[in-house]
Amino acid sequence: MTKAGSPLSDTIKPPLWVNAEITYKCPLHCVFCYNPLNYASTFEKELSTAQWLKALREARELGAVQLGISGGEPLMRDDCEEIVAEASKMGYYVNLLTSGIGLTEERIAAFKAGGLDQIQLSFQDSTKEMNDFLSSTRTFDLKRKVARLIKQYDYPMVLNVVLHRLNIDHIEQILQMAEEMEADHVELANSQYYAWALKNREQLMPSREQLEHAEAVCNQFRERLGNKMKLYFVVPDYYQDRPKACMNGWGTVFLNIAPDGLALPCHEARMLPGLEFPNLRDHDVRTIWYESEAFNAYRGDSWMKEPCRSCDEKHKDFGGCRCQAYMLTGDARNADPVCSKSPHHSIVTDQVALAQRAQSTDEEVRPVIIFRDDKNSRAFVDE
Amino acid sequence: MSLDTSQPLKLARQYKLQWEKVQDAWVLLYPEGMVKLTGSAGEILTRIDGERSAQDVIANLQAAFPGADLQQDVIDFLEHAHDKGWITPV
Repeated sequence: MTKAGSPLSDTIKPPLWVNAEITYKCPLHCVFCYNPLNYASTFEKELSTAQWLKALREARELGAVQLGISGGEPLMRDDCEEIVAEASKMGYYVNLLTSGIGLTEERIAAFKAGGLDQIQLSFQDSTKEMNDFLSSTRTFDLKRKVARLIKQYDYPMVLNVVLHRLNIDHIEQILQMAEEMEADHVELANSQYYAWALKNREQLMPSREQLEHAEAVCNQFRERLGNKMKLYFVVPDYYQDRPKACMNGWGTVFLNIAPDGLALPCHEARMLPGLEFPNLRDHDVRTIWYESEAFNAYRGDSWMKEPCRSCDEKHKDFGGCRCQAYMLTGDARNADPVCSKSPHHSIVTDQVALAQRAQSTDEEVRPVIIFRDDKNSRAFVDE
Repeated sequence: MSLDTSQPLKLARQYKLQWEKVQDAWVLLYPEGMVKLTGSAGEILTRIDGERSAQDVIANLQAAFPGADLQQDVIDFLEHAHDKGWITPV
């Protein structure tokens, strides 16, 4: 996997941000999940506690400072507290990304004592019925309890609500709930179409009218609450005409470690063909970050094709997202088709046009939605 | 917002100051972000301990760097840090 004498090796900056997906096990079954479709294949191959700590120590030595502990649901591992505490001792700023399922008072006390810096709690919607439907479980009351625990242990209340066609019209109730919970930060990000969300794209993509309404409601809350509750609203990138600067560039700051030890430049890269992603079981982080072919594949701009190659914005957005380019055009080196300069841009605009259809009722939608669950995932493993 | 220079200051909740060997600098960490501090910014913020006021920080720096006229630079930086939400009165 090593590419000797890479011309980039002198200019590669160290990773700053590690996202540790410690397990893909999850009690929820969210229809917009960005975990890989075949996530169930990692269940028997999860890294041990010692392997996690070794990888985190190596990344810290290279200069990584931010650590996300995510999943799946990270609380499904009973060594989550130990990993957090050790990482905190190493000098990471540690952020736990959780659905809250499994966060008892005993566990939150252990996290606090271990030095956990922040908790981000995800909600699927503001109403019990919708939350339970979209995550396909009965968890809403439990989450409200967890939200109170987070406040009680003197953490800021950071709420993540994934928005989409089926819940975006409840934006006002969602924000009222956030206000009642005394949320300090609320991220209202529309689902982006990867993995399970791509499978469910037609059901999840909101219309332009829905987006405009939601943003207007957000602005009303911003005006009324100011800094008391900070709101971040993110539209689906399909609605834009320039791509996101995905991961701030491939292999520049971000290292994702999957439950089975695969090192990835983003959450989704596992599905890109032709790249052999290195595993933390076999290699240390330094070798992986600086020398692996996979991490070097899309660094710099020599891999780019037209229109990116000669584009004067290429250092601003790096041609967008390699995974989205691959998923929508079949070639990861193409421009992300979100870009209006892409010859494949109509793939995106056709989907947006389709999303302008009238709202269907839940009854029509339910049968075709694919829930993220182990049975469905195993079917994708076999594919 | 102007700062009361006699009031004790502390780092705001969620902010952590630490020395980063790889960057050869003090950095300020906060949720999903990091600020790399210049040498003088590091000297100032490492003196914010929940007890010293802006005036105390200036006096302490004057003792450490005799001869330098630091007064206005320190006040300017602390006001900047306060506006950014990095520090807060105790």
